[in-house]
Amino acid sequence: MAAPTVNERAVAPGEGRTPVQTVTMVKALNMGLRAALERDPKVVVMGEDVGKLGGVFRVTDGLQKDFGEQRVLDTPLAESGIIGTAIGLAIRGFRPVCEIQFDGFVFPGFDQIVSQLAKLHFRSQGRIKVPVVVRIPFGGGIGAVEHHSESPESYFAHTAGLRVVACSNPVDAYWMIQQAVESDDPVIFFEPKRRYYEKAQLDTTATPDPLFASRVLRQGGSVTVACYGPMVKTCLEAATAAAEDGVELEVVDLRTLSPLDLGPVIDSVRRTGRLVLASEAPSESSVTAEIAARVQQECFYSLEAPVLRVTGFDTPYPPSKLEEEFLPDLDRVLHAVDRSLAF
Amino acid sequence: MIAGLRATTEGGADLVQLLTPEGERVHHPDFDIEVTPEELRGLYRDMVLIRRADREGNALQRQGQLGIWVPLLGQEAAQIGAGRAMKPHDMAFPSYREHGVAWCRGIDPTEILGIFRGTDHGSWDPLAARFHLYTIVIGNQCLNATGYAMGQRFQGKVGDDDGEATICFFGDGATSQGDVHEAMVWASVYDAPVVFYCQNNQWAISEPIERQTRVPLYQRASGYGFPGIRVDGNDVLACLAVSRWALDECRHGNGPVLIEAFTYRMDAHTTSDDPTRYRLSDELEAWKLKDPIERVRVHLVKQQWADQEFFDSVQADADELAARLRDFCVNMPTPGPERIFSEVYAQESPQVRAQRDEFLDYMAGFADAHAGGEH
Repeated sequence: MAAPTVNERAVAPGEGRTPVQTVTMVKALNMGLRAALERDPKVVVMGEDVGKLGGVFRVTDGLQKDFGEQRVLDTPLAESGIIGTAIGLAIRGFRPVCEIQFDGFVFPGFDQIVSQLAKLHFRSQGRIKVPVVVRIPFGGGIGAVEHHSESPESYFAHTAGLRVVACSNPVDAYWMIQQAVESDDPVIFFEPKRRYYEKAQLDTTATPDPLFASRVLRQGGSVTVACYGPMVKTCLEAATAAAEDGVELEVVDLRTLSPLDLGPVIDSVRRTGRLVLASEAPSESSVTAEIAARVQQECFYSLEAPVLRVTGFDTPYPPSKLEEEFLPDLDRVLHAVDRSLAF
Repeated sequence: MIAGLRATTEGGADLVQLLTPEGERVHHPDFDIEVTPEELRGLYRDMVLIRRADREGNALQRQGQLGIWVPLLGQEAAQIGAGRAMKPHDMAFPSYREHGVAWCRGIDPTEILGIFRGTDHGSWDPLAARFHLYTIVIGNQCLNATGYAMGQRFQGKVGDDDGEATICFFGDGATSQGDVHEAMVWASVYDAPVVFYCQNNQWAISEPIERQTRVPLYQRASGYGFPGIRVDGNDVLACLAVSRWALDECRHGNGPVLIEAFTYRMDAHTTSDDPTRYRLSDELEAWKLKDPIERVRVHLVKQQWADQEFFDSVQADADELAARLRDFCVNMPTPGPERIFSEVYAQESPQVRAQRDEFLDYMAGFADAHAGGEH
């Protein structure tokens, strides 16, 4: 019997918990993982320090206590091992959710992700499904040492066979993690770590948007701004600031980076004629480069200005005292908006 | 000890052997096994047939019918012994040379051809056959096997005679990979029911075993806290006995186990390789005296367990298999371009669908041109 889906909850809403509550993104992810573990006994959570400690960001807090050591696994300290054994568990019928502790630590597991996780469905022509979720806290802004602030999403978006999503707020985090667990494809799930403690009102009885869909968060007719993950909050703040000057930004939260859902972006650009893309990742051969290429193809006759990008630089992530300069902020977004409007 | 510049032919004092290269039956205090004449004839037949299929694979490559072939010549006993030790509900994770294990899992050699002809990446159903698809990236499958075995344990399928086990195949070169190390760490700390079956064929393409290790490989197991056994990989009885014991240990909950099947790659790494550039022919000659099939043949004759009629019938079966393989190979259809786009995702990707449709339209344009007589 198939496990119930997000919309067929095994635990009735309101049963033992308040349907509407104020939660951080960390709490929302924790609740989402808990719901997934409750709904389907095949779901397992695995990673470094996810058990007793509850993860270094506490996303898995209390899960091992309630679901046991065979559902929530403190693994040995090796990322290829985490991904590689998760693949084996998935072949056996499990639905593993792996935690990679920080973005810059995913690369020891990159081989298993690219060579096996991404390709097994194609190699077996659908006979093998590998519904593995790889959670990766990503992005900068927390004053960390090297390898703790990176934005590696483009490596994964470049790899056929993977789905790549990024949540930007607690409500999406709650639903998207559950939907990712239900996906029969492998999902690389990016969590904006500097937004982990942002709060929002979460209604667990609401009906979520589909996982692989982008969403217009703010409507406006002057310039389209598309972004994801940690940049969404920045861009919404930029839109508020721009509105004071009479410039109306239409802000699209991309949410899914592979496959891209560019319908809302294209519709918007056909109205505004202008597009600014914002991302912390370096610009070269990136998700934003892909979007720019596709939008010029789809909106060639609508564009009033070149597609502009506000991104991290094409450098390694800098020492943290310089990250404020490295990371795109409200002013750099508005600067790009101004340049777009000046064409 | 392994020493010197060339791969050794001697397995050392710890080598488990039940049938000498001269066909003499010897006994071992820990790993003895009783086989009936019928069983031994069956093992002989398995080895002769898979060797014949392997030689046909080489020939098909030389004649341009296959892009490449990965020969198993010399490793028939190591593979048939392990393959026949498996129970139906056990699971195997192969590398890319395990044609003999595939044979034991009921996978017809024709099902392997597509990988090397370039028509597919493996055509069998890995879950139904309990034989995973070939893994080409060295060592990756050891972690996948370990995860699968962890799942067997989590599901309570371990602990008695009916328990399940997993066996993972890899080579001496793979033992240098981090994934193999991590697999052994994971398997040990989660008590995973997995047999690590290393076919040490002495060569990783051009690199001798000395380039991978300074201790015999089976001794590495002690560092992970589980048993390691070196078996004569050219002795099908010893491979069967040790593998059966190891799988039983795992199914009873006493895994993991490392087996080093000490054997020799009698042919090139692949048909693209030229071993004359890096190894001496006298080494090959020394190993020819340890041939895995010949010693069984000698033993069957000495014991009067098989007569000429039997050997002739096996040879006839082998030739028939080779002919069937050849016929199948030369008639294999090349898939259409839509295959490029099929099953990339479980849930179809709109992007891949759009690229497929665009490309098929583009290709259809050429059909129109041909129909109109333009070239």
